[in-house]
Amino acid sequence: MDMNQYLSMFIDESNDHLQALNENMMSLEASPEDLSIVQVIFRSAHTLKGMAATMGFEDLASLTHQMENVLDLVRNEKLAMQDFIFDTLFKSLDALESMVQDITGGGDGKADVGAIVASLQAIVRGENPSAQGSAPAANAAAAAPSEGRALLDEFQLSVLKQSVQEGHQVLFIEVTLRSDCQLRAVRAYMVFELLERYGEVVKSFPSVQDIEQEKFEFSFSLYYITQKTAEEIQSMILGVSEVDTVTSVALDQESLEQVGQPAVAAAAEAPAPSAQAAHPEAPKAASAQTSAVPKEEAKKAPAKTGGTPSRTIRVDIDRLDVLMNLLSELLIDRVRLEQLASDTQSTELTETVEHLSRVSGDLQNIVMKLRMVPVDTVFNRFPRMVRDLAKSLDKKVDLVITGAETELDRTVVDEIGDPLVHLLRNALDHGVEPIADRIASGKSETGTIHLRAFHSGNHVFIEIQDDGAGISRERVLKSALKKGVVTADQAASMSDSEVHQLLFAAGFSTAEVISDISGRGVGLDVVKAKITSLGGNVTIYSTQGKGTNFSVQLPLTLSIIAAMLVRIGTEKYAIPLSSIVETGIIKRAQIRNVHGSKMVEFRGSHIPLLSLGTIFAVPDYDESTEDETEIVVIRKGDKLAALTVSDFIGQNEIVIKNLGKYLPEVQGISGGTILGDGQVALIVDPNAFIK
Amino acid sequence: MAEDIKVIVFKLGTEEYGIEVDKVQTIERMMPITRVPKTYAFIKGVINLRGVVIPVIDLRGRFGLDESEHTDQTRVIIVNVNEMEVGFIVDSANDVIDLNRDSIDTPPEVVGGIKAKYLDGVAKIGDDRLLIMLNLAEVLNKSEIVQLESLEG
Repeated sequence: MDMNQYLSMFIDESNDHLQALNENMMSLEASPEDLSIVQVIFRSAHTLKGMAATMGFEDLASLTHQMENVLDLVRNEKLAMQDFIFDTLFKSLDALESMVQDITGGGDGKADVGAIVASLQAIVRGENPSAQGSAPAANAAAAAPSEGRALLDEFQLSVLKQSVQEGHQVLFIEVTLRSDCQLRAVRAYMVFELLERYGEVVKSFPSVQDIEQEKFEFSFSLYYITQKTAEEIQSMILGVSEVDTVTSVALDQESLEQVGQPAVAAAAEAPAPSAQAAHPEAPKAASAQTSAVPKEEAKKAPAKTGGTPSRTIRVDIDRLDVLMNLLSELLIDRVRLEQLASDTQSTELTETVEHLSRVSGDLQNIVMKLRMVPVDTVFNRFPRMVRDLAKSLDKKVDLVITGAETELDRTVVDEIGDPLVHLLRNALDHGVEPIADRIASGKSETGTIHLRAFHSGNHVFIEIQDDGAGISRERVLKSALKKGVVTADQAASMSDSEVHQLLFAAGFSTAEVISDISGRGVGLDVVKAKITSLGGNVTIYSTQGKGTNFSVQLPLTLSIIAAMLVRIGTEKYAIPLSSIVETGIIKRAQIRNVHGSKMVEFRGSHIPLLSLGTIFAVPDYDESTEDETEIVVIRKGDKLAALTVSDFIGQNEIVIKNLGKYLPEVQGISGGTILGDGQVALIVDPNAFIK
Repeated sequence: MAEDIKVIVFKLGTEEYGIEVDKVQTIERMMPITRVPKTYAFIKGVINLRGVVIPVIDLRGRFGLDESEHTDQTRVIIVNVNEMEVGFIVDSANDVIDLNRDSIDTPPEVVGGIKAKYLDGVAKIGDDRLLIMLNLAEVLNKSEIVQLESLEG
């Protein structure tokens, strides 16, 4: 069977499951007693295993299988979650992630997971320093019959009660088959047959029909009336081959009363409703579980466990690009029609065109919205990263994420991950102080890093704020002087915020400096460059002793930008508005020659004057004959330059198109756009003109 | 008996050239071209083909022939080779013919000033028509262009 067509779906879904696993493991780590989370994790792992096995990725399947074994013990309260188990499980997740990545990259997803598998197996066997620790927990669980198992209807309940009164045994039996069991339904049937010889099965979960159709995982549970004791029954069932474990608990009048209670009450009373674990298919049990979750941890992912069917579909981003192209054509035609309508002065045509304008405007909005994805696709991986990093740095850090639902264009979201990782690492490594220092300065032991995203105007802001030591002006300056980034004179006259900006200087970021100064600087110039290339901006606010805030400003989308259209000779060019400081007119007398290059005065300082006509070899334009020349002042970081043009056409929203694979890279041109008249205008890349 | 292929026939000067029809996306009339600065002389610029920006090459310039004035007959043939979309400016294009692969001979060493490596072969149609089959991958081969430029410069 050709699996290729399913591969991309497999990859997408695997990534979703891995993400969910990571998130739920994190929340489980925060509240290890909450077995409902274990249940969710188990289900994700199980689905992942099934998918991997179907697709033939054996290593992936076998590793998930081992994880499942561990989780299975945990959810059945045979094993208490502990630090080293978390670490091993997280390691397994990492391994799974790299396998999926390998598959994404066209590999076969094979990896040597022997070590992890071995340690997972060791955990299952109970071979670990804390095996003794988990034993009492298991005993306790076995001792206390779990009340909230499942719901019986009134009739069944009264049958059971009556049986107890008549001196029969009422047992709640849970059977788990070995995970390598080949014919689960057959084994289950054998168990039922055996039981029916000595008594009566009142109710089973899942239902008998489901069990017959193998619609259960490896365990099922049932209520049973018999004359035999719980122990006898237990050993009889264990006699059936391929049965892994059997628990059999005798119920008395009182516990039967509790079975009859609504599930919510039962769940609240029993911190570990293991019956829910045993039969996730039972819809009533599932609803009991969701209601238990908010009780335990109100803010924790109710959406994940809620099980509301997803009302979304996955769309290939390429198709959206095609849609965008079609739309931009429509917009271009609209402009032509508008011109025609105003030329012909026909009322009917004008009205139709106006309607068309409104519809296409709405359409544009929708298409733009389709391309928007919430930043949480990027933010999701951060809690895990911060956890690991804080552990390795021996610091305590809380990561508080707000505004994860803020939406950004897919292209921006794809690019923004790496810079944010950098900034977060930076905040953890250099921002938040070691525990001892924090206590010494009267702060709480645990540092807090806020990661926020929010809309403001046509931009999205992402802020990373720590409550650490802040940036030390002296140390930054000292290091900058040593590196030759600034001179002593400059240093003295710099404002604090100018000093902070030094962290982004290229020469500043190299190697060993980082650990001896307050350290902010590991590759921050790269971060800045990346953000700038996205048309964004990054600013630092820092108060010494209080903490630091990196504020990243990003455009909502990369595919449509605001630009200034200019004419050079007969040619039209677009200059991105985000780089333009201002436009103006200069007189020939204002142009000076400094060391062979032209300079012009702009707000008290001299900036280079570049002729776009000369640079682009525009055939029919020569500004040197003009007395007055239009200029566009552009900015890259804090450096300025002026470009000469013949005319300003005006400001416009333009759709960025690439120039095709065939053309070589042209310096100073970043792409093309289609104007209202259908012609292509090239987009000037101002960054190329300022070194 | 080899299979028949459909071939688009176009003209540069007096010579007739052929491109396999499945490599051709569309044939367009001449349209406004936006010049792209600082690139090879034979790249005339880019056009807007229904919302997609496509570079166009003057095929005469590419083969080192003298460029001619554009006329009513001038066409832009949009081809798609190795996922590159490129337009070729040709003097005219007005024929599609069926050609048997057997009738294509390997190119002779010297063909009217155009390097043999751009050619897949020459087909004889009827009694006195010669059709030059283009090797598009070579025509669009950029590494070869770089070599050419550096030799000249």
